[in-house]
Amino acid sequence: MIELQNVHKAFGDNKVLQGVNLTIQTGESMVIIGGSGTGKSVLLKSVLGLIKPDSGVIKLDGQDVATAERDAFLARFGMLFQGGALFDSLPVWQNVAFRLLRGSLKRPIEEARAIAIEKLRRVGLKSAVADLFPAELSGGMQKRVGLARAIAAEPEIIFFDEPTTGLDPIMAGVINELIREIVVEMGATAMTITHDMSSVRAIADKVAMLHDGIIQWTGPVAKLDDSGDPYLDQFIHGRAEGPIEAVR
Amino acid sequence: MTTLLFPVAAVGRTTLMILATIGQIAIYAGQTISHMFRPPFYFKEFIHAVMTIGYFSLPVVGMTAFFTGGALALQIYAGGARFNAEAVVPSIVAIGMARELGPVMGGLMVAARVASSIAAEIGTMKVTEQIDALVTLSTHPMKYLTVPRVLAATLAVPVLVAVGDLIGIMGGYVVGVTRLDFNSSAYLHNTVDFLEFIDVFSGLVKGAAFGFIVALMGCYYGMNSGRGAQGVGKATKSAVVAASVLILASNYLLTELFFSA
Repeated sequence: MIELQNVHKAFGDNKVLQGVNLTIQTGESMVIIGGSGTGKSVLLKSVLGLIKPDSGVIKLDGQDVATAERDAFLARFGMLFQGGALFDSLPVWQNVAFRLLRGSLKRPIEEARAIAIEKLRRVGLKSAVADLFPAELSGGMQKRVGLARAIAAEPEIIFFDEPTTGLDPIMAGVINELIREIVVEMGATAMTITHDMSSVRAIADKVAMLHDGIIQWTGPVAKLDDSGDPYLDQFIHGRAEGPIEAVR
Repeated sequence: MTTLLFPVAAVGRTTLMILATIGQIAIYAGQTISHMFRPPFYFKEFIHAVMTIGYFSLPVVGMTAFFTGGALALQIYAGGARFNAEAVVPSIVAIGMARELGPVMGGLMVAARVASSIAAEIGTMKVTEQIDALVTLSTHPMKYLTVPRVLAATLAVPVLVAVGDLIGIMGGYVVGVTRLDFNSSAYLHNTVDFLEFIDVFSGLVKGAAFGFIVALMGCYYGMNSGRGAQGVGKATKSAVVAASVLILASNYLLTELFFSA
Protein backbone atom coordinates (compact mmCIF):
# COMPACT_ATOMS: atom_id res chain seq x y z
CA MET A 1 0.00 0.00 0.00
CA ILE A 2 1.27 3.48 -0.92
CA GLU A 3 0.25 6.37 1.33
CA LEU A 4 0.91 10.05 0.79
CA GLN A 5 0.28 12.25 3.81
CA ASN A 6 0.20 16.04 3.50
CA VAL A 7 2.93 16.15 0.82
CA HIS A 8 4.16 19.61 -0.16
CA LYS A 9 6.59 20.57 -2.91
CA ALA A 10 7.46 23.99 -4.32
CA PHE A 11 9.92 25.11 -6.97
CA GLY A 12 10.81 28.65 -5.96
CA ASP A 13 7.55 30.57 -5.69
CA ASN A 14 5.64 27.93 -7.62
CA LYS A 15 3.82 25.77 -5.06
CA VAL A 16 3.12 22.58 -6.99
CA LEU A 17 1.94 20.21 -4.27
CA GLN A 18 0.13 21.84 -1.34
CA GLY A 19 -0.84 19.01 0.95
CA VAL A 20 -1.53 15.90 -1.10
CA ASN A 21 -3.21 13.04 0.75
CA LEU A 22 -3.73 9.81 -1.18
CA THR A 23 -3.82 6.08 -0.51
CA ILE A 24 -3.29 3.38 -3.12
CA GLN A 25 -4.18 -0.11 -1.95
CA THR A 26 -2.06 -3.12 -2.89
CA GLY A 27 -3.11 -4.57 -6.26
CA GLU A 28 -5.14 -1.48 -7.12
CA SER A 29 -4.80 0.51 -10.34
CA MET A 30 -4.95 4.20 -9.45
CA VAL A 31 -5.04 6.78 -12.21
CA ILE A 32 -4.21 10.38 -11.35
CA ILE A 33 -5.70 12.95 -13.68
CA GLY A 34 -5.29 16.69 -13.88
CA GLY A 35 -4.41 19.46 -16.27
CA SER A 36 -0.93 20.08 -17.65
CA GLY A 37 1.41 21.54 -15.05
CA THR A 38 -0.69 20.54 -12.04
CA GLY A 39 2.12 18.45 -10.55
CA LYS A 40 1.15 14.91 -11.56
CA SER A 41 4.70 13.99 -12.59
CA VAL A 42 6.12 15.70 -9.50
CA LEU A 43 3.82 13.55 -7.35
CA LEU A 44 4.89 10.36 -9.08
CA LYS A 45 8.59 11.25 -8.93
CA SER A 46 8.24 12.14 -5.24
CA VAL A 47 7.06 8.61 -4.48
CA LEU A 48 10.09 7.20 -6.30
CA GLY A 49 12.48 9.55 -4.53
CA LEU A 50 13.51 11.26 -7.79
CA ILE A 51 12.20 14.50 -6.25
CA LYS A 52 12.40 15.20 -2.52
CA PRO A 53 9.19 16.67 -1.07
CA ASP A 54 9.55 19.79 1.08
CA SER A 55 7.34 18.26 3.75
CA GLY A 56 4.91 15.42 4.32
CA VAL A 57 5.34 11.67 4.49
CA ILE A 58 5.24 9.03 1.77
CA LYS A 59 4.94 5.46 2.99
CA LEU A 60 5.21 2.13 1.22
CA ASP A 61 3.64 -0.71 3.20
CA GLY A 62 3.85 1.42 6.33
CA GLN A 63 7.54 2.33 5.94
CA ASP A 64 8.63 5.90 5.24
CA VAL A 65 10.26 5.80 1.79
CA ALA A 66 12.76 8.46 2.88
CA THR A 67 14.34 6.00 5.31
CA ALA A 68 13.98 2.86 3.16
CA GLU A 69 17.07 1.10 1.76
CA ARG A 70 17.20 2.54 -1.78
CA ASP A 71 18.14 -0.55 -3.81
CA ALA A 72 15.60 -2.82 -2.13
CA PHE A 73 12.96 -0.08 -2.40
CA LEU A 74 13.55 0.59 -6.11
CA ALA A 75 13.73 -3.14 -6.91
CA ARG A 76 9.98 -3.26 -6.13
CA PHE A 77 9.20 -0.67 -8.81
CA GLY A 78 8.93 -0.58 -12.58
CA MET A 79 8.28 2.60 -14.48
CA LEU A 80 7.19 3.54 -17.98
CA PHE A 81 8.36 7.06 -18.78
CA GLN A 82 6.43 9.53 -20.91
CA GLY A 83 8.98 9.54 -23.75
CA GLY A 84 10.10 5.96 -23.17
CA ALA A 85 13.47 7.15 -21.75
CA LEU A 86 15.23 4.29 -23.53
CA PHE A 87 19.03 4.37 -23.48
CA ASP A 88 20.12 5.36 -27.00
CA SER A 89 23.50 3.67 -26.74
CA LEU A 90 22.10 0.23 -25.91
CA PRO A 91 20.22 -2.19 -28.17
CA VAL A 92 16.59 -2.86 -27.34
CA TRP A 93 17.16 -6.14 -25.49
CA GLN A 94 19.79 -4.55 -23.23
CA ASN A 95 17.36 -1.74 -22.47
CA VAL A 96 14.71 -4.26 -21.48
CA ALA A 97 17.13 -6.42 -19.49
CA PHE A 98 19.02 -3.43 -18.00
CA ARG A 99 18.16 -4.40 -14.45
CA LEU A 100 18.93 -8.05 -15.08
CA LEU A 101 22.44 -7.32 -16.36
CA ARG A 102 23.71 -5.53 -13.25
CA GLY A 103 23.12 -5.06 -9.54
CA SER A 104 21.31 -7.33 -7.12
CA LEU A 105 19.01 -8.83 -9.81
CA LYS A 106 21.91 -9.74 -12.14
CA ARG A 107 21.43 -12.89 -14.24
CA PRO A 108 23.68 -14.68 -16.76
CA ILE A 109 23.67 -12.79 -20.06
CA GLU A 110 21.87 -15.54 -22.04
CA GLU A 111 19.13 -15.76 -19.42
CA ALA A 112 18.74 -11.97 -19.32
CA ARG A 113 18.44 -11.87 -23.12
CA ALA A 114 15.86 -14.68 -23.10
CA ILE A 115 13.79 -12.82 -20.49
CA ALA A 116 14.06 -9.60 -22.53
CA ILE A 117 12.83 -11.34 -25.67
CA GLU A 118 9.97 -12.94 -23.73
CA LYS A 119 8.93 -9.53 -22.34
CA LEU A 120 9.15 -8.02 -25.83
CA ARG A 121 6.88 -10.76 -27.07
CA ARG A 122 4.51 -10.04 -24.17
CA VAL A 123 4.12 -6.44 -25.36
CA GLY A 124 3.61 -7.56 -28.96
CA LEU A 125 7.09 -7.10 -30.42
CA LYS A 126 8.97 -9.71 -32.41
CA SER A 127 12.39 -11.00 -31.36
CA ALA A 128 13.95 -9.30 -34.40
CA VAL A 129 13.42 -6.00 -32.59
CA ALA A 130 15.76 -7.09 -29.79
CA ASP A 131 18.94 -6.17 -31.63
CA LEU A 132 17.73 -2.84 -33.00
CA PHE A 133 18.58 0.46 -31.33
CA PRO A 134 15.83 2.70 -29.88
CA ALA A 135 16.35 5.34 -32.59
CA GLU A 136 15.30 2.73 -35.18
CA LEU A 137 11.86 2.27 -33.58
CA SER A 138 8.60 4.18 -34.03
CA GLY A 139 7.05 6.04 -31.07
CA GLY A 140 4.57 3.25 -30.40
CA MET A 141 7.30 0.61 -30.47
CA GLN A 142 9.43 2.68 -28.11
CA LYS A 143 6.51 2.83 -25.67
CA ARG A 144 6.14 -0.95 -25.87
CA VAL A 145 9.87 -1.42 -25.24
CA GLY A 146 9.56 0.95 -22.28
CA LEU A 147 6.67 -1.15 -21.02
CA ALA A 148 8.70 -4.35 -21.49
CA ARG A 149 11.55 -2.76 -19.48
CA ALA A 150 9.13 -1.73 -16.74
CA ILE A 151 7.91 -5.32 -16.28
CA ALA A 152 11.19 -7.14 -16.97
CA ALA A 153 12.06 -7.68 -13.32
CA GLU A 154 8.43 -8.51 -12.41
CA PRO A 155 7.95 -5.55 -10.05
CA GLU A 156 5.20 -5.36 -7.43
CA ILE A 157 4.43 -1.74 -8.30
CA ILE A 158 4.38 -0.16 -11.75
CA PHE A 159 4.19 3.55 -12.53
CA PHE A 160 3.01 4.83 -15.91
CA ASP A 161 3.76 8.43 -16.80
CA GLU A 162 1.46 9.63 -19.61
CA PRO A 163 1.57 6.23 -21.35
CA THR A 164 -0.36 7.30 -24.47
CA THR A 165 1.04 10.80 -25.06
CA GLY A 166 2.11 11.28 -28.68
CA LEU A 167 0.45 8.10 -29.95
CA ASP A 168 -2.36 7.82 -32.48
CA PRO A 169 -5.75 6.70 -31.04
CA ILE A 170 -5.38 3.10 -32.21
CA MET A 171 -1.88 2.70 -30.78
CA ALA A 172 -3.04 4.47 -27.59
CA GLY A 173 -5.83 1.89 -27.30
CA VAL A 174 -3.34 -0.95 -27.79
CA ILE A 175 -1.04 0.43 -25.07
CA ASN A 176 -3.99 0.96 -22.68
CA GLU A 177 -5.13 -2.63 -23.19
CA LEU A 178 -1.61 -3.94 -22.69
CA ILE A 179 -1.21 -2.00 -19.47
CA ARG A 180 -4.52 -3.29 -18.12
CA GLU A 181 -3.73 -6.89 -19.09
CA ILE A 182 -0.24 -6.79 -17.60
CA VAL A 183 -1.33 -5.16 -14.35
CA VAL A 184 -4.10 -7.74 -13.87
CA GLU A 185 -1.85 -10.64 -14.92
CA MET A 186 0.97 -9.63 -12.57
CA GLY A 187 -1.32 -8.57 -9.75
CA ALA A 188 0.73 -5.41 -9.53
CA THR A 189 -0.15 -2.14 -7.86
CA ALA A 190 -0.30 0.50 -10.59
CA MET A 191 -0.17 4.28 -10.51
CA THR A 192 -0.77 6.03 -13.81
CA ILE A 193 -0.77 9.74 -14.53
CA THR A 194 -2.55 10.95 -17.60
CA HIS A 195 -4.97 13.48 -18.99
CA ASP A 196 -6.19 11.06 -21.65
CA MET A 197 -9.72 10.04 -20.58
CA SER A 198 -9.69 6.88 -22.74
CA SER A 199 -6.66 5.72 -20.72
CA VAL A 200 -8.46 6.50 -17.49
CA ARG A 201 -11.47 4.36 -18.40
CA ALA A 202 -9.31 1.52 -19.73
CA ILE A 203 -6.75 1.33 -16.92
CA ALA A 204 -8.27 2.62 -13.69
CA ASP A 205 -9.83 0.90 -10.70
CA LYS A 206 -9.79 4.20 -8.89
CA VAL A 207 -9.26 7.77 -10.05
CA ALA A 208 -7.82 10.78 -8.25
CA MET A 209 -7.93 14.30 -9.62
CA LEU A 210 -5.06 16.63 -8.78
CA HIS A 211 -5.85 20.34 -8.95
CA ASP A 212 -4.37 23.38 -7.21
CA GLY A 213 -1.80 21.17 -5.48
CA ILE A 214 -4.31 18.94 -3.69
CA ILE A 215 -6.35 15.84 -4.50
CA GLN A 216 -9.61 17.48 -5.54
CA TRP A 217 -11.59 14.27 -5.88
CA THR A 218 -10.96 10.55 -5.55
CA GLY A 219 -13.22 7.59 -6.10
CA PRO A 220 -13.86 4.46 -8.17
CA VAL A 221 -13.81 4.82 -11.95
CA ALA A 222 -17.50 3.82 -12.07
CA LYS A 223 -18.37 7.05 -10.21
CA LEU A 224 -16.45 9.25 -12.61
CA ASP A 225 -19.47 10.42 -14.56
CA ASP A 226 -21.75 11.15 -11.59
CA SER A 227 -19.29 12.43 -9.03
CA GLY A 228 -21.05 15.74 -8.55
CA ASP A 229 -17.67 17.45 -8.36
CA PRO A 230 -17.64 20.53 -10.63
CA TYR A 231 -13.85 20.39 -11.13
CA LEU A 232 -13.93 16.74 -12.21
CA ASP A 233 -16.99 17.29 -14.41
CA GLN A 234 -15.32 20.17 -16.22
CA PHE A 235 -12.14 18.16 -16.71
CA ILE A 236 -13.63 14.90 -17.97
CA HIS A 237 -15.97 16.70 -20.36
CA GLY A 238 -13.24 19.05 -21.56
CA ARG A 239 -15.34 22.18 -20.99
CA ALA A 240 -13.72 25.59 -21.19
CA GLU A 241 -16.29 27.01 -18.73
CA GLY A 242 -16.16 26.01 -15.07
CA PRO A 243 -14.19 26.37 -11.85
CA ILE A 244 -10.89 25.43 -13.52
CA GLU A 245 -9.43 28.52 -15.10
CA ALA A 246 -8.58 27.92 -18.75
CA VAL A 247 -5.73 30.05 -20.03
CA ARG A 248 -6.60 31.36 -23.50
CA MET B 1 21.26 56.34 -7.00
CA THR B 2 19.63 52.91 -7.42
CA THR B 3 20.26 53.08 -11.16
CA LEU B 4 23.91 53.86 -10.52
CA LEU B 5 24.18 50.74 -8.37
CA PHE B 6 22.93 48.43 -11.14
CA PRO B 7 26.40 47.66 -12.56
CA VAL B 8 27.77 47.01 -9.06
CA ALA B 9 24.83 44.70 -8.27
CA ALA B 10 25.42 42.85 -11.54
CA VAL B 11 29.09 42.33 -10.66
CA GLY B 12 28.08 41.13 -7.19
CA ARG B 13 25.51 38.70 -8.56
CA THR B 14 27.98 37.30 -11.09
CA THR B 15 30.67 36.92 -8.41
CA LEU B 16 28.26 35.06 -6.12
CA MET B 17 27.14 32.85 -9.00
CA ILE B 18 30.74 32.00 -9.91
CA LEU B 19 31.60 31.20 -6.29
CA ALA B 20 28.50 29.01 -5.96
CA THR B 21 29.42 27.14 -9.16
CA ILE B 22 33.00 26.62 -7.95
CA GLY B 23 31.61 25.19 -4.70
CA GLN B 24 29.20 22.89 -6.55
CA ILE B 25 31.97 21.66 -8.87
CA ALA B 26 34.26 21.00 -5.88
CA ILE B 27 31.51 18.94 -4.18
CA TYR B 28 30.82 17.09 -7.46
CA ALA B 29 34.55 16.33 -7.86
CA GLY B 30 34.73 15.06 -4.27
CA GLN B 31 31.71 12.81 -4.79
CA THR B 32 33.17 11.49 -8.06
CA ILE B 33 36.48 10.60 -6.40
CA SER B 34 34.69 8.97 -3.49
CA HIS B 35 32.54 6.83 -5.83
CA MET B 36 35.68 5.67 -7.69
CA PHE B 37 36.61 3.55 -4.69
CA ARG B 38 33.18 2.11 -3.89
CA PRO B 39 31.43 -0.69 -5.80
CA PRO B 40 29.67 -1.35 -8.07
CA PHE B 41 32.21 -0.69 -10.85
CA TYR B 42 31.05 -0.53 -14.45
CA PHE B 43 34.03 -1.99 -16.31
CA LYS B 44 32.32 -2.17 -19.71
CA GLU B 45 31.38 1.52 -19.55
CA PHE B 46 34.98 2.32 -18.53
CA ILE B 47 36.45 0.49 -21.54
CA HIS B 48 33.94 2.19 -23.82
CA ALA B 49 34.94 5.58 -22.38
CA VAL B 50 38.66 4.81 -22.82
CA MET B 51 38.03 4.09 -26.49
CA THR B 52 35.87 7.18 -27.04
CA ILE B 53 38.01 9.61 -25.08
CA GLY B 54 41.46 8.19 -25.74
CA TYR B 55 41.68 6.15 -28.90
CA PHE B 56 39.31 8.23 -31.04
CA SER B 57 41.03 11.47 -29.96
CA LEU B 58 44.38 10.28 -31.32
CA PRO B 59 43.98 11.74 -34.86
CA VAL B 60 43.05 15.24 -33.70
CA VAL B 61 45.70 15.32 -30.95
CA GLY B 62 48.31 13.88 -33.32
CA MET B 63 47.65 16.43 -36.05
CA THR B 64 47.64 19.31 -33.57
CA ALA B 65 50.93 18.13 -32.07
CA PHE B 66 52.60 17.67 -35.48
CA PHE B 67 51.82 21.18 -36.70
CA THR B 68 52.60 22.72 -33.29
CA GLY B 69 56.01 21.01 -33.25
CA GLY B 70 56.72 22.22 -36.78
CA ALA B 71 55.68 25.80 -36.04
CA LEU B 72 57.68 25.74 -32.80
CA ALA B 73 60.81 24.71 -34.71
CA LEU B 74 60.36 27.59 -37.16
CA GLN B 75 59.76 30.12 -34.37
CA ILE B 76 62.75 29.02 -32.27
CA TYR B 77 64.98 29.04 -35.31
CA ALA B 78 63.87 32.54 -36.28
CA GLY B 79 64.17 33.82 -32.70
CA GLY B 80 67.44 31.98 -32.01
CA ALA B 81 69.01 33.38 -35.17
CA ARG B 82 68.99 36.85 -33.56
CA PHE B 83 71.72 35.76 -31.15
CA ASN B 84 73.27 32.86 -33.07
CA ALA B 85 71.42 30.18 -31.08
CA GLU B 86 69.82 28.26 -33.94
CA ALA B 87 71.34 25.04 -32.62
CA VAL B 88 68.94 24.97 -29.65
CA VAL B 89 65.98 24.21 -31.91
CA PRO B 90 65.86 20.40 -31.26
CA SER B 91 66.20 20.65 -27.49
CA ILE B 92 63.74 23.54 -27.10
CA VAL B 93 61.21 21.81 -29.34
CA ALA B 94 61.49 18.65 -27.24
CA ILE B 95 61.34 20.43 -23.89
CA GLY B 96 58.58 22.76 -25.05
CA MET B 97 56.47 19.92 -26.37
CA ALA B 98 56.99 17.67 -23.34
CA ARG B 99 56.51 20.31 -20.66
CA GLU B 100 53.95 22.67 -22.11
CA LEU B 101 52.61 22.41 -25.62
CA GLY B 102 52.00 18.65 -25.69
CA PRO B 103 49.83 18.59 -22.56
CA VAL B 104 48.18 22.00 -23.04
CA MET B 105 47.37 21.66 -26.74
CA GLY B 106 46.34 18.02 -26.23
CA GLY B 107 44.22 18.97 -23.22
CA LEU B 108 42.50 21.80 -25.09
CA MET B 109 41.80 19.62 -28.12
CA VAL B 110 40.37 16.88 -25.87
CA ALA B 111 38.32 19.56 -24.07
CA ALA B 112 36.85 20.69 -27.38
CA ARG B 113 36.15 17.17 -28.54
CA VAL B 114 35.30 15.27 -25.37
CA ALA B 115 33.89 17.78 -22.83
CA SER B 116 31.37 18.94 -25.44
CA SER B 117 30.33 15.43 -26.42
CA ILE B 118 30.00 14.24 -22.81
CA ALA B 119 27.97 17.31 -21.82
CA ALA B 120 25.70 16.97 -24.85
CA GLU B 121 25.19 13.23 -24.31
CA ILE B 122 24.47 13.44 -20.58
CA GLY B 123 22.46 16.65 -21.04
CA THR B 124 20.26 14.93 -23.62
CA MET B 125 19.90 11.95 -21.29
CA LYS B 126 18.73 14.31 -18.56
CA VAL B 127 16.25 16.13 -20.80
CA THR B 128 14.78 12.85 -22.07
CA GLU B 129 14.45 11.42 -18.52
CA GLN B 130 17.09 8.75 -19.12
CA ILE B 131 18.89 9.81 -15.92
CA ASP B 132 15.64 9.35 -13.95
CA ALA B 133 15.21 5.99 -15.68
CA LEU B 134 18.69 4.95 -14.49
CA VAL B 135 17.71 5.76 -10.91
CA THR B 136 14.46 3.78 -11.14
CA LEU B 137 16.51 0.86 -12.49
CA SER B 138 18.59 0.94 -9.29
CA THR B 139 21.65 2.37 -11.04
CA HIS B 140 23.47 5.38 -9.57
CA PRO B 141 23.97 7.89 -12.43
CA MET B 142 27.27 9.11 -10.97
CA LYS B 143 28.67 5.59 -10.80
CA TYR B 144 27.35 4.60 -14.23
CA LEU B 145 27.99 7.81 -16.18
CA THR B 146 30.49 10.04 -14.37
CA VAL B 147 33.00 7.68 -12.75
CA PRO B 148 33.84 5.62 -15.89
CA ARG B 149 34.28 8.77 -18.00
CA VAL B 150 36.38 10.68 -15.45
CA LEU B 151 38.55 7.64 -14.70
CA ALA B 152 39.00 6.88 -18.40
CA ALA B 153 39.97 10.46 -19.23
CA THR B 154 42.39 10.68 -16.28
CA LEU B 155 44.19 7.57 -17.51
CA ALA B 156 43.86 8.04 -21.28
CA VAL B 157 44.88 11.70 -21.67
CA PRO B 158 48.45 11.15 -20.33
CA VAL B 159 48.86 8.45 -22.98
CA LEU B 160 47.52 10.89 -25.59
CA VAL B 161 49.97 13.50 -24.31
CA ALA B 162 52.88 11.03 -24.59
CA VAL B 163 51.91 10.19 -28.17
CA GLY B 164 51.36 13.90 -28.89
CA ASP B 165 54.85 14.71 -27.50
CA LEU B 166 56.43 12.17 -29.86
CA ILE B 167 54.48 13.40 -32.87
CA GLY B 168 55.19 17.04 -31.99
CA ILE B 169 58.92 16.34 -31.71
CA MET B 170 58.65 14.54 -35.03
CA GLY B 171 56.96 17.61 -36.51
CA GLY B 172 59.89 19.73 -35.31
CA TYR B 173 62.31 17.17 -36.72
CA VAL B 174 60.64 17.15 -40.16
CA VAL B 175 60.70 20.96 -40.35
CA GLY B 176 64.24 21.10 -38.91
CA VAL B 177 65.66 18.62 -41.39
CA THR B 178 63.71 19.57 -44.52
CA ARG B 179 63.32 23.35 -44.10
CA LEU B 180 66.11 24.45 -41.76
CA ASP B 181 68.91 22.19 -43.04
CA PHE B 182 69.61 20.42 -39.76
CA ASN B 183 71.56 17.20 -39.89
CA SER B 184 69.12 14.38 -39.18
CA SER B 185 71.33 12.48 -36.78
CA ALA B 186 72.50 15.62 -34.93
CA TYR B 187 68.86 16.77 -34.53
CA LEU B 188 67.87 13.48 -32.92
CA HIS B 189 70.94 13.48 -30.64
CA ASN B 190 70.22 17.00 -29.46
CA THR B 191 66.60 16.09 -28.82
CA VAL B 192 67.44 13.09 -26.65
CA ASP B 193 70.49 14.56 -24.89
CA PHE B 194 68.74 17.57 -23.41
CA LEU B 195 65.43 15.98 -22.51
CA GLU B 196 65.17 15.02 -18.82
CA PHE B 197 62.82 12.69 -16.97
CA ILE B 198 61.05 15.57 -15.19
CA ASP B 199 60.21 17.21 -18.54
CA VAL B 200 58.24 14.17 -19.66
CA PHE B 201 56.90 13.27 -16.22
CA SER B 202 55.52 16.76 -15.54
CA GLY B 203 53.75 16.69 -18.91
CA LEU B 204 52.13 13.34 -18.14
CA VAL B 205 50.95 14.53 -14.72
CA LYS B 206 49.47 17.59 -16.42
CA GLY B 207 47.77 15.27 -18.91
CA ALA B 208 46.16 13.29 -16.09
CA ALA B 209 44.97 16.50 -14.40
CA PHE B 210 43.61 17.88 -17.69
CA GLY B 211 41.83 14.59 -18.45
CA PHE B 212 40.18 14.67 -15.03
CA ILE B 213 39.10 18.29 -15.58
CA VAL B 214 37.73 17.69 -19.09
CA ALA B 215 35.56 14.70 -18.19
CA LEU B 216 34.45 16.23 -14.90
CA MET B 217 33.31 19.43 -16.61
CA GLY B 218 31.48 17.47 -19.31
CA CYS B 219 29.67 15.35 -16.72
CA TYR B 220 28.94 18.21 -14.31
CA TYR B 221 27.43 20.51 -16.92
CA GLY B 222 25.59 17.61 -18.59
CA MET B 223 24.03 16.53 -15.28
CA ASN B 224 23.03 20.13 -14.56
CA SER B 225 21.76 20.84 -18.06
CA GLY B 226 18.67 23.00 -18.45
CA ARG B 227 15.56 21.89 -20.32
CA GLY B 228 15.28 21.56 -24.08
CA ALA B 229 17.74 22.03 -26.91
CA GLN B 230 18.79 25.42 -25.58
CA GLY B 231 19.59 23.96 -22.15
CA VAL B 232 21.74 21.21 -23.67
CA GLY B 233 23.48 23.73 -25.95
CA LYS B 234 24.27 25.99 -23.01
CA ALA B 235 25.57 23.04 -20.97
CA THR B 236 27.84 22.01 -23.86
CA LYS B 237 29.25 25.52 -24.25
CA SER B 238 29.78 25.92 -20.51
CA ALA B 239 31.56 22.56 -20.29
CA VAL B 240 34.07 23.48 -23.01
CA VAL B 241 34.68 27.00 -21.67
CA ALA B 242 35.08 25.83 -18.06
CA ALA B 243 37.34 22.92 -19.06
CA SER B 244 39.55 25.19 -21.19
CA VAL B 245 39.92 27.86 -18.51
CA LEU B 246 40.61 25.28 -15.80
CA ILE B 247 43.19 23.57 -18.01
CA LEU B 248 45.10 26.82 -18.46
CA ALA B 249 44.82 27.75 -14.77
CA SER B 250 45.87 24.32 -13.52
CA ASN B 251 48.70 24.29 -16.08
CA TYR B 252 50.14 27.38 -14.41
CA LEU B 253 49.76 25.87 -10.94
CA LEU B 254 51.37 22.58 -11.96
CA THR B 255 54.21 24.43 -13.68
CA GLU B 256 54.78 26.35 -10.43
CA LEU B 257 54.72 23.05 -8.55
CA PHE B 258 57.26 21.32 -10.79
CA PHE B 259 59.56 24.08 -11.93
CA SER B 260 59.37 27.08 -9.57
CA ALA B 261 62.82 28.21 -8.52
